[in-house]
Amino acid sequence: MQELGFFAILFSAVFTNNILLTNYLGMCSFLGCSREIKTALGLGSAVIFVTAATSVLNWLVYAFILVPLDLVYLRFIVFIVVIAAFVQLVEMIIERVSEPLYNALGIFLPLITVNCAILGVSLFMVIREYTFTQAAGYGLGSGAGWALAIVAMAGIRQRLAQRSRIPRGLEGPGIALIIAGTMALAFMGFNGMINLN
Amino acid sequence: MSSILTAVAVICAINTALAILLLIAEALIVDTGECRITINGEKELTVNGGRSLLATLKDEQIFIPSACGGRGSCGLCKVAVREGAGPLLPTETPWLTPEERKAGIRLSCQVKVRRDLSIKIPDELFSVRQYSTKVEDITDLTHDIKQVTLKLLDPPEINFKAGQFIQIEVPPYALTDEPVYRAYSISSDPAEKDRIELEIRYVPNGICTTYVHKRLKAGDTVTLNGPYGEFGLSDSDSEIICIAGGSGMAPIKSVLLEMARAANPRRCRYFFGARSGRDLFLADLMRSLEKKLPNFSFIPALSSPQPEDRWDGETGMVTEVVGRHVKDASRAEAYLCGSPLMIDACVKLLREKGMPEDKIFYDKFA
Repeated sequence: MQELGFFAILFSAVFTNNILLTNYLGMCSFLGCSREIKTALGLGSAVIFVTAATSVLNWLVYAFILVPLDLVYLRFIVFIVVIAAFVQLVEMIIERVSEPLYNALGIFLPLITVNCAILGVSLFMVIREYTFTQAAGYGLGSGAGWALAIVAMAGIRQRLAQRSRIPRGLEGPGIALIIAGTMALAFMGFNGMINLN
Repeated sequence: MSSILTAVAVICAINTALAILLLIAEALIVDTGECRITINGEKELTVNGGRSLLATLKDEQIFIPSACGGRGSCGLCKVAVREGAGPLLPTETPWLTPEERKAGIRLSCQVKVRRDLSIKIPDELFSVRQYSTKVEDITDLTHDIKQVTLKLLDPPEINFKAGQFIQIEVPPYALTDEPVYRAYSISSDPAEKDRIELEIRYVPNGICTTYVHKRLKAGDTVTLNGPYGEFGLSDSDSEIICIAGGSGMAPIKSVLLEMARAANPRRCRYFFGARSGRDLFLADLMRSLEKKLPNFSFIPALSSPQPEDRWDGETGMVTEVVGRHVKDASRAEAYLCGSPLMIDACVKLLREKGMPEDKIFYDKFA
């Protein structure tokens, strides 16, 4: 495999291998919190922060604690614990900085802990044996890709809610899933520019 | 073996490091500094923000009644917040009616003090105090109900109305890591100001009931706060129907003792439901009250009397017995105390017998 640099991997994580639209990870909050651009932006930035920080932290923990001690099998527990602690931190910061955003995100904020996209990023980077810089790029890129997808989705849904008449049977999650599928098809167009696997 | 130990050690180390990090962050980020709480537009408190309104007020010696101790599961700690509460939380919505929401009523255990608040609480809550008491006596009333007599130490006297309840503080022990508060009706005569009696039924694994039944003994100190509640005899002269089950005896007993002392001539029938003879208690006291109060009668009902009880009184569910005795309830008042199931059944029955809803008073044991 050709060695990819920080920016190449960041770019590909956002566009060609978007974790949400190609791996379908993190769908629950993607569908639940994508009614308004503002909330989506808030949750998106929280996810960017958490993925970027946890991928770096988890890489360090993995490389310097788990591998030397031969405890690689503990990676699931350790990754989740690190992620959970970070989400707590983000929750405190958001509550302090912007209360409206804190209330708008509601239950989805603590649910970032179990956002599978975030655990997925940490596991992918380990499976694909990324270097530290690559892991940092991949974490930041995946977070940004997830945020991009949810903001785009929120934009589409917001506009749909204003302008379109959706068939009754498809209102809510139904139409959201169709949009998500179409978006995934569109993103497939980027595929092949850079191969991550 | 050693690999297991390393694994455990590594997990512990990582968790500790993260916990310390979070504690530091909490200290730096969460403390929102001083907030002012204005109560009823008059009293003003300056407090440290960041905690729930219920806990903050408690530290200021203002006790909002709460049966669950701040977990948002009893819905009792309602307070009207005029300013500064923020939007309604999903944890509060099940407890609030649309009118209450309009009036700005919130659950004080869910509202966090983040900025200056303006709240409104009933004046009588200012008379709520914390009392330290000593256990004078614990007696078995039945196989699972104990009567606890508490002698007041500081302050040495309590003023309460018959039917009100207090909250006991259970200190941390095997079943709880932090102090919890549980509400119990006072069963003694309000004229006895220097001691109170409680009737506490054992609930397996109940935090407070286990503490009282298995740990507490004469001479121990107990902290309580109160009195709370609106349950109590009205000022009319209409007929009284009391219905209770189990430890629901407590507030009714207090009301009856007060009636006996005042030689109250109102007609009063007290229906007490129990399963069998071993669940029936204080029947002698009730019989002696019948002698003192000419218009009072005590009607115990056993739902499944055992052969050894040699029971010749009423049998059946307490609602069936009430149904047999009371024909027209349209001019009477009812005082109920017992399990939510019993209360609901009784309210339904009394409504069928023509009793207006605002004449039915009750305390539900949650």
